[in-house]
Amino acid sequence: MSADWVEVRRGGYRDSVTLMRVSRLLAERPDVAAAMAAMGTDSNLELLARMGFAVPAGAGPADLVVAIRAEDGGLGAAREAVDVLLAEAARPPDGGGVLGAPPAPRTTASAAARGEASVALVSVPGPHVFPEAMDALDAGLNVMVFSDNVPVAQEIALKEAAARRGLIVMGPDCGTAVVGGAGLGFANAVRPGPVGVVAASGTGAQQVMCLLDAAGAGVRHVLGVGGRDLSPEVSGRSALSALAALDADPGAELIVLVSKPPAPQVADLIREAARRLDTPVVFALPAPGEDDLTQAVEKALKALGLTVPQWPRWDPPEPARVPAGRALRGLFAGGTLRDEAEMIAREALGWDLQARGHRFTDFGDDAYTRGRAHPMIDPTLRLEALAREAADAACGVLLLDVVLGHGAEPDPAASLAPAVAAALRDRSGLAAVVSLCGTPADPQGRDRQAEALRDAGAAVFASNAQAARHAVALVEGVPG
Amino acid sequence: MTDARPPLGGLLTRDPRVVAAGVDVLADALADQAVPVERVDWRPPPPGTEAALAAVLGDPGHADANAEAVQRMTTARPHLVDVRPASEVLGLDRGTFLHAGPPLEWDRASGPMRGALIGAMMLEGLAETPRGAERELERGAAVLEPCHHHGAVGPMAGVVSPSMWMLVVEDAEHGGTACCSLNEGLGKVLRYGAYGPEVIERLTWMGEVLGPALRAAVRRHGPLDLMSVIAQALQMGDELHNRNRAATSLLLRELAPDLAAADEVPRDRVAEVLRFAAGNDHFFLNAGMAASKACADAARNVPGSSMVVAMSRNGTDFGIQVSGTGDRWFTGPAGVPDGLYLGGYGPGDANPDIGDSAITETAGTGGFALAAAPAIVRFVGGEVPDAVAATQRMYEITLAEHPVLQIPLLSFRGTPAGIDVTRVVRTGILPVIDTGIAGREAGTGQVGAGIVEPPSNVFTAALHALAEIA
Repeated sequence: MSADWVEVRRGGYRDSVTLMRVSRLLAERPDVAAAMAAMGTDSNLELLARMGFAVPAGAGPADLVVAIRAEDGGLGAAREAVDVLLAEAARPPDGGGVLGAPPAPRTTASAAARGEASVALVSVPGPHVFPEAMDALDAGLNVMVFSDNVPVAQEIALKEAAARRGLIVMGPDCGTAVVGGAGLGFANAVRPGPVGVVAASGTGAQQVMCLLDAAGAGVRHVLGVGGRDLSPEVSGRSALSALAALDADPGAELIVLVSKPPAPQVADLIREAARRLDTPVVFALPAPGEDDLTQAVEKALKALGLTVPQWPRWDPPEPARVPAGRALRGLFAGGTLRDEAEMIAREALGWDLQARGHRFTDFGDDAYTRGRAHPMIDPTLRLEALAREAADAACGVLLLDVVLGHGAEPDPAASLAPAVAAALRDRSGLAAVVSLCGTPADPQGRDRQAEALRDAGAAVFASNAQAARHAVALVEGVPG
Repeated sequence: MTDARPPLGGLLTRDPRVVAAGVDVLADALADQAVPVERVDWRPPPPGTEAALAAVLGDPGHADANAEAVQRMTTARPHLVDVRPASEVLGLDRGTFLHAGPPLEWDRASGPMRGALIGAMMLEGLAETPRGAERELERGAAVLEPCHHHGAVGPMAGVVSPSMWMLVVEDAEHGGTACCSLNEGLGKVLRYGAYGPEVIERLTWMGEVLGPALRAAVRRHGPLDLMSVIAQALQMGDELHNRNRAATSLLLRELAPDLAAADEVPRDRVAEVLRFAAGNDHFFLNAGMAASKACADAARNVPGSSMVVAMSRNGTDFGIQVSGTGDRWFTGPAGVPDGLYLGGYGPGDANPDIGDSAITETAGTGGFALAAAPAIVRFVGGEVPDAVAATQRMYEITLAEHPVLQIPLLSFRGTPAGIDVTRVVRTGILPVIDTGIAGREAGTGQVGAGIVEPPSNVFTAALHALAEIA
């Protein structure tokens, strides 16, 4: 049985060429016997009558008349197709028309309207983040906010707006994410695998994903949530939605949650939420008495039934010897890597590290990045500090991190290796240890970077915890 | 009930596509991974607007309010339903005059505004001579009110007096009514501030012959769909502000048979009326303005909406009104248009921007549809690609693409419609307005035509007002 459907759209003027094309595309549908979309002029209405349609009363030349004859089952779909075809006719083709591409979009809303994006990466200065992030949410996009200095009230407002729309705000101050294999911000090129990562710490996430890659396990997605998400004010809003999303993802067999130690009440909230998931969650919250990042990854590997490998290390040609009583100086680009190293040093060297001259500096901290690029992009400040420490007779061990991946400096060893070599050449009794966070597939090439740093005389470790323990052992007089 | 949407909008299952706003190195890193990236050409908004932008954009109802406002504006269906004297349709009393733009007193009125008021005083028989009219106006004998306060609009000076006949437009979708006076033609005309004998003579004829004849034709015809005329005219090379040639022809085509058939209009009068209308390429402008006013008014008073519902100039101030802030005007100094001049006139002769006709841009035509009117792009300062660029730039500050008004040159993309105050402030892109240029001396008339922009402070002021109530 076929059925007729005739609709009059008052004042819906379209030119006849567009409408003839829409009519043809409708008539070409397999279950459509006849179709016409035309302005209601006398001649068009006559045509309609000749096609056997009931001529609608009161349709005039300014009204759009749509008539379809279709098999019962196909009529609904054909009616829906009318709107799609009319909308398509109004959409600019790629290139924006006969006179070249439209100018670049000036807002996130405008950019989002130009394609089917799934996420916006916002890195404008903090005070200007809100409108761009809100644009993205209003357009149905998730947001990663790389910028810091976003007021906490705005962070909460954005995360609440995201929750209402079933979306997530990664950040503010979110350095790292990997979604669908794409690294956003600072991210390593990791092999695909079964582990989902929720990260309130960028370099913590990078350490975890690189170790998972080194173990052959690989990574499904990394969802950053921002350094403040697990604070009492923000209360894990993004971490909770990231956990739920990864739990619903059949490709994520296990979740690692990595963060600097959160506020206790938020930690309880997150642990409680994790308990209710079907997917097991491993916590990597490096704090005294808890697993360090490497131990957390090892736990995840065991839970997946995988073997824990020997973590990659590159020993220097000559073992270093450090005279007793010398200090350990950690110069870091990654905040979480710094904190983890300091925690390990405290456990071995005692709580009063500072009093004994040991120091751990994070050059990624706001105090060092105001008005200049992050040390993962611009090494100048850290190289100056390295030369200063090497000239300090009290310094026995330099502990450095090098973080590779998308977004980071293209060849960090090019400047760091000669600086290390010069420091070691000029000073006897000085050792250098490098924590190298990267994968063989990273644009900088982990192994090439490792070899250059080793040849310069440094002991290089893929595990930050192992690098820190090695540095501590050197300070304690163990040759290595 | 289960939620059919994939978690996080499909973030974890779709191939990633990214919009990137901010530092290039992050967008470059994505491009290096062969991830499709749409880059935002982001620039900081003016200092001091951050908190207001966050307040307005953070209002949970803001996006929906703007969607509703622009939906109301673009679904309006203005029809020309009648032609009547202002005294009847607006209840305008003798001694009251409407004018273009935000509120204005005689003391601050510019030359062309003064000239038009002088002419209207004489037309209404309230003064014998220009000097006498001026004296009466100086001592405050007349009541001056904006057209916009009466559901009306007027081009240039926009002066409406009780005896002038008005086009009456009704919105068949939302029920609103809007009016606009009849167009006098070009050259020495009242709306450009001329008030010589030929001006008064023409206005008298318009009241005695043109108005009643048009009334007869329109009533015989029945409601005339103006959106349909506008949509077709856009595809025939009009942008409906500085070019109305196609729309005028279409309107005459619609009305001529009914005018000819109207028993109450003598044959010789029919010919006079048709000749007058056909001899004025801007005859449709006033109908298009009333239609635009009806559309924009449909979007008024949506709480929380930052959409502009009126842009207007009185020759001294430029004013805007915004959906979410009711009838409040945000004003700044009117700029002098950039354009081409007639005869021996030059920029020194130009009055600052004047007229309610920016209602066309408000509703998504005029300067916003410049790409539809290649024939006039030289006139308004450039080549065809400049016109296309102007329209494309307007998409950055508008909420929608008009579902009915389309531009052939942009592959039938809808015109940019619904100016969003927050977008104007964020991008610094100001609305582009096509305009005629009036001579600064009262009595001069038109001296040119060109393009003008609003002062940017009206948009920041509106933003701060929206932030206070967000």
